[in-house]
Amino acid sequence: MRISTFFYTIKQGFINIFRNKWFSLASIATIGACLFLFGLFFAIIENFQHIVKTAQEGVSITVMFEEGLADERIQEIGQMIEKRTEVSKVVFVSADEAWEGFKEDYLKGYADGFPDNPLENSSHYEVYLNDVSMQPALVTYLEGVTGVRDVNRSEITASTLTGVNALIAYISVGIIAILFAVSIFLISNTVTIGISVRKEEISIMKYIGATDFFVRSPFVIEGMLIGVIGALIPVGIIYVLYNKVIEYIMVKFSVLARLLSFLPVEEIFRTLLPISIIMGVGIGFLGSITTVRKHLRV
Amino acid sequence: MVKGRKRRRQIADRDEIITLSNVSKAYATGAPALNGVELHINKGEFVFIVGDSGSGKSTMIKLLLRELVPTSGDINVMGYDLVRIRHGKIPKFRRNLGIVFQDFRLLKDRNVYENVAFAQRIVQVPNKDIKRNVPSILATVGLAGKYKAKPRQLSGGEQQRVAIARALVNRPAILLADEPTGNLDPKNSWEIMKLLEQINENGTTVLVVTHNREIVNAMQKRVVTMKKGVIVSDEEKGGYIDED
Repeated sequence: MRISTFFYTIKQGFINIFRNKWFSLASIATIGACLFLFGLFFAIIENFQHIVKTAQEGVSITVMFEEGLADERIQEIGQMIEKRTEVSKVVFVSADEAWEGFKEDYLKGYADGFPDNPLENSSHYEVYLNDVSMQPALVTYLEGVTGVRDVNRSEITASTLTGVNALIAYISVGIIAILFAVSIFLISNTVTIGISVRKEEISIMKYIGATDFFVRSPFVIEGMLIGVIGALIPVGIIYVLYNKVIEYIMVKFSVLARLLSFLPVEEIFRTLLPISIIMGVGIGFLGSITTVRKHLRV
Repeated sequence: MVKGRKRRRQIADRDEIITLSNVSKAYATGAPALNGVELHINKGEFVFIVGDSGSGKSTMIKLLLRELVPTSGDINVMGYDLVRIRHGKIPKFRRNLGIVFQDFRLLKDRNVYENVAFAQRIVQVPNKDIKRNVPSILATVGLAGKYKAKPRQLSGGEQQRVAIARALVNRPAILLADEPTGNLDPKNSWEIMKLLEQINENGTTVLVVTHNREIVNAMQKRVVTMKKGVIVSDEEKGGYIDED
């Protein structure tokens, strides 16, 4: 293909959008709306996963030792736990530290009546996980380790977080699939209308000796351009709104603010921007190529 | 491949540019549109194809453009076997033809220059050549001063001249004109026919499908008369045969 033909095709793609401006606008608006919803879900899901991850990091397993276990063995157990891939952090809590923590949490000023440490045998490891879903496997392993008296864990927290993660994944895949199908349908409609409006032009092109590629390309370019514009507008809107919404949540729901931590807008857009553009171009390409193949037997 | 080239050369040697051998075309419903048509046209000829509605003229034009494929028989245009030609080769074949329609079929949203340049862009002529070729062909058809006008600002005769310029700009070997004067008054009709004659004198083979009895009778060219899908007469310097 000549460079001049390449630019001519691109130019025709742009011109097609303007010639058919109301249908193009409708397509851009609907794709924009779909990708806006996608961006919104993406931002919510990303933040939710971030919050879940933060929560997961706070879920620990407590590994208690048999009475009178030698310090060397305790150290060995600590090293064994650290080597496990599912473990992110291991913290040793001595009996004194355990008692101090207990006093502070539950007894406040009433601990003075205890001359000795009643939690003498309460030194333990706090084990934090990379992924809460790995908790049962780790617990089974730890329960089999010699010298370990007991393994305490919160099964409800672990299973809830695992379940929420899976649910978010299923919902997001479902929503993306639906939006994708709707957008392809819309682009396809716009291109079909474009083809019917330009039927005469296409027939003249065919008579003069235009190749299939030459006839089809402007429509495909048009679809892809609609896709890109339909992606950039909602991404821009989300960019502007994102910080404002987070600020609003922080101010209005200050109770939640202490529990939740949100991702910075740049981190969300590092992924959202390329995904949205790829989706826009992909939707535009698929929607237009299938339509020109169907309606433009040249 | 070699066989095809050899065949193409043989035809070229004979100066025969269009050959229809025992061509029939039947549509799914109704009587056959063409029935055993035999037609040979040489390079540089000017041929009128006449006949009433339903005589098969339009079907013949569509077959020559490879818009349709015959039910039986062979069609050869400039060495291209139009029965066996691959789909991908059809655009290349059509670049040898110029086509003019009764209703002009100009792009209404583009000016005269763009309508003609469009034909060159399709066959990927470089921009600098387009800028040279289009004004030159517009001058040939007498529209040099109207290159900026939109089709709606032109008379019927002028619009047909633009269509002819578009058909000629890629220097086709054959010009097919389907009822080129059908929408024009007698004065404009004559001007268009004179232009087609001039194009023919410059070496282009011209085929004109028409109903215009006066022009056919006056121009004294080869006249192929069709009736109900068959050629009933083929005369050098012929005239319009009246219905009996």
